[in-house]
Formats: sequence, C-alpha cells, structure tokens
Amino acid sequence: MVEWQPVILSIKVASISVLFVFFLGILAAYVMRSVDIPGKAALESLFTLPLVLPPVVIGFLLLILIGKQGPVGILLKEYFDMQIIFTQSAAVLAGIVVSFPLMYQSTKAAFESIDKTLEDAARTLGSSEWRVFWTVTIPLSWPGLVSGLVLSFSRTLGEFGATIMIAGNIPGKTQTIPLAIYFATESNDLVTAGMYVIIISVITFSIIFGLNHWKGKKALI
Amino acid sequence: MLTVDIKKKLSDFTLNISFTAPNKTLVLFGPSGCGKTTILRCIAGLLKPDEGSIVSNGTVFYSSQNTTHLPPRTRNVSYMFQDFALFPHMNVKHNIWYGVKTLNQQANELYEKLITLLKIEHLPHRRINQLSGGEKQRVAMARALMAEPQILLLDEPLSALDAQSRYELQDELKKLQEIWNIPFVLVTHSPEEAQALGSEVVFLHQGQQVAEPPPSWNMNANGTTTRSSFQYFY
Repeated sequence: MVEWQPVILSIKVASISVLFVFFLGILAAYVMRSVDIPGKAALESLFTLPLVLPPVVIGFLLLILIGKQGPVGILLKEYFDMQIIFTQSAAVLAGIVVSFPLMYQSTKAAFESIDKTLEDAARTLGSSEWRVFWTVTIPLSWPGLVSGLVLSFSRTLGEFGATIMIAGNIPGKTQTIPLAIYFATESNDLVTAGMYVIIISVITFSIIFGLNHWKGKKALI
Repeated sequence: MLTVDIKKKLSDFTLNISFTAPNKTLVLFGPSGCGKTTILRCIAGLLKPDEGSIVSNGTVFYSSQNTTHLPPRTRNVSYMFQDFALFPHMNVKHNIWYGVKTLNQQANELYEKLITLLKIEHLPHRRINQLSGGEKQRVAMARALMAEPQILLLDEPLSALDAQSRYELQDELKKLQEIWNIPFVLVTHSPEEAQALGSEVVFLHQGQQVAEPPPSWNMNANGTTTRSSFQYFY
C-alpha cells in the first residue's frame, strides 16, 4: 500500500539538500573562477568526482567519515553530542554530495558564458567586486543557476545508493521514494512499487517541464 | 591632466608608451593589435602594467616604484567599450544610473541634461536589445558621463555605426568634451575618426610611439590617398 511518508520525506530531503547545494555550488564556482590557486585542476576533479563515482562508493566513503568510528562522526559526538548516521540528516548529506557536481558544473558554465566586458564595465563605473557579483554576474547567469538547481533537486529526489548506505531504510524515518520502490519490489508488492514509480516520475517530469517552459518564455523576451 | 608612462610585455611585443593627455581629446592611432586597447585597460585599472606610472590630476593610479595599483572602482575613470557593454538585463534608465554614487538633485539634473544633449529622452524604459547601434552608443555615453568621471576612455567608439550615425555622433562627442572639459582618450584605427575627433594624435606601432603616421593615415575609406590635412593637428 502506498504511504505518503516516503513522498513527503523525499521532497523534504531534496529541498533541504538543494538549499545547501545552491549556495555551495555558486561559492565553489565563483572561487574557482576568481582565485588562482595551486592544485586547481585537482580540486576541479574532486568537485566533479561524485558525478562519476557510483553512488554506493560515495555512500561507503561517507559511512567511513560520519560513522560512529569515523573521524567526523567522533567529532560530532564529542562536541555536539549528535549522531547523523541513519537519520534524515544523513539522507540530506547524501543528497548534497551527489548533486553538488551538477550545481557546480551548471554554475561554472553559466559564469563562463557571461561577457567579461560587462563585469569590467561595472567595475569602471565604481562597483566593488561584491556589487559586480550581485548586480551583473548573478542576474546574467540566473537561467544557468536555475537549471543547476532543478537538476540537483531531481538528482537528490532519485538518490538511492549513497542514501541507503548512510541513512538506511527505516520506514517512517529515513525511507525515501527510491528506497520504498526497491523494498516494495523486493517483497513482491509490485503495485505499491509501481505507484511510487508513477509518483516520482510525475514529480520529476513536472519540474523539468516547468523549467523548460520558463526558459522558453525567457528566451522570447 | 593625465600622464601615462608604462611598459607591459605582451605576447608579440613590449608595450612602451609615454604621453600626457590634457583636458582635450587625445587619439591613440594605430593598426589593430598595436596595443591601443591594452593602454586603455591599464588606465582604467583592468590590467596592471609591468612598470611605470599612471597619474591623473595628482592621484597616482599606478606606480611600480611605490607599488601602487588602485582598483578600477576608485579611479573614477569611465570606459566606453567597443561593443558598448550595456547591461542587457537592465533598461536604459537603470544602465545610465548604474555608476551614480549618491542619488540627489544634482544627479537628477545631470541625468536630464545628458538625455537631452544625447537626444535619448524617449528611450529610458526600453530594453537594450530594442536599441539601434547609434542609440546604444548614446546610452553608453550617457552612462559613462553620468558617473562623473575625471577621464573618459573610448575604445573605437564609432566603428560599429553606420555613416550617418557616425557623423552625428562625432559632433556630439566634440560638444560633450567641450562641456565636460576632461581628458577624452580615444583609440581608433580609423584615420577619419582620428582626424575628426582628435585634438592631439599619438601614433602607435607595435606598442611604441612613432613620429610618422602609418601609410593608412592618408587613406580614405576607398583605400585611396587623399593628402589630407595632417598638418592640421600640429
């Protein structure tokens, strides 16, 4: 039987994840573009790694880090008396890590497509770098940022491998739609699994359709 | 008064230039790729020279000796880019007001004066993609002067325009320079533009100042020699 809890939880986890990813992606793309640091190529590869690594590998690495015996896990326990493994926070963390490269790449491409002369014009008109960023860079890269946001949200919504490794499958607590589909199928409840498949497909399709519609309208202006 | 004395290594040659721009229109004339735009970018602070100094009315913009390099925002130098660089996401009015530091009555008056002088009173609410080349040029000019600069840099300001707009805007540029009475530093590879606008002309070849104008100087648009009034400038 279809329960709404996994649907609500999936949307909640994806929403919180993209909130983080949106700012982290913009920050990373901006820093990588403005600062010339040694090892930039290595950092660039690291940022893209979650896109090419199997999600289960990412889950494994996160498990090592935030698990009870992991360095981050120990620190969190010691200083904040909290444990995030097998909680909804872990699902959010998995979402952030797997969708970060999508936001980062979209933002980077959006920044690269901006005519640099426009930013220079703003500088010569007395703007600080901060004002150039908010009044020229961000408005001009907005369509790319929204694409990144939507892709990241959809990616997190469908996240399975890393989530099951660190958040587990606790019905009513950490079970998201993809996990519900897997476990319903495993217990031969194909009707329930099918319903979840329809729900997640409708949500994802609506988001992508909405994005394309918005972009089409913007292009007409 | 602007004094420039800079060196900068470029990929094919070293830019080595020294000139003084009074409160008139100084033209840097030379073929494409001779370092003209690099000079403007150095004056604006968008590029850092390797050595030398740039001083405007006693303010040191750049000095390799005492390692001064003011950022563009504090130089009060407006730059009119070759493609005008108007912000496509803002309307004409917002573009013109972008460089204004304090909103007051004086700024309002300057705005009214500029849009009247440049004949763009009917454009404030238009978007940039709805403007013709000549209109863009006028809006870019208004935006540059609205920031109340102490120097105005112009990179091939008329090259993107048709002949009719070019003649009109040449006159307007001259008029604006007389009213504002600040150094206008203009770079061009068009002898017609240089001759029409320049009170003084600096000839450039591969990043160096040369005494003699290049052969293209006496060519008109058809590529024929006109024996035009070179002496007129000296």
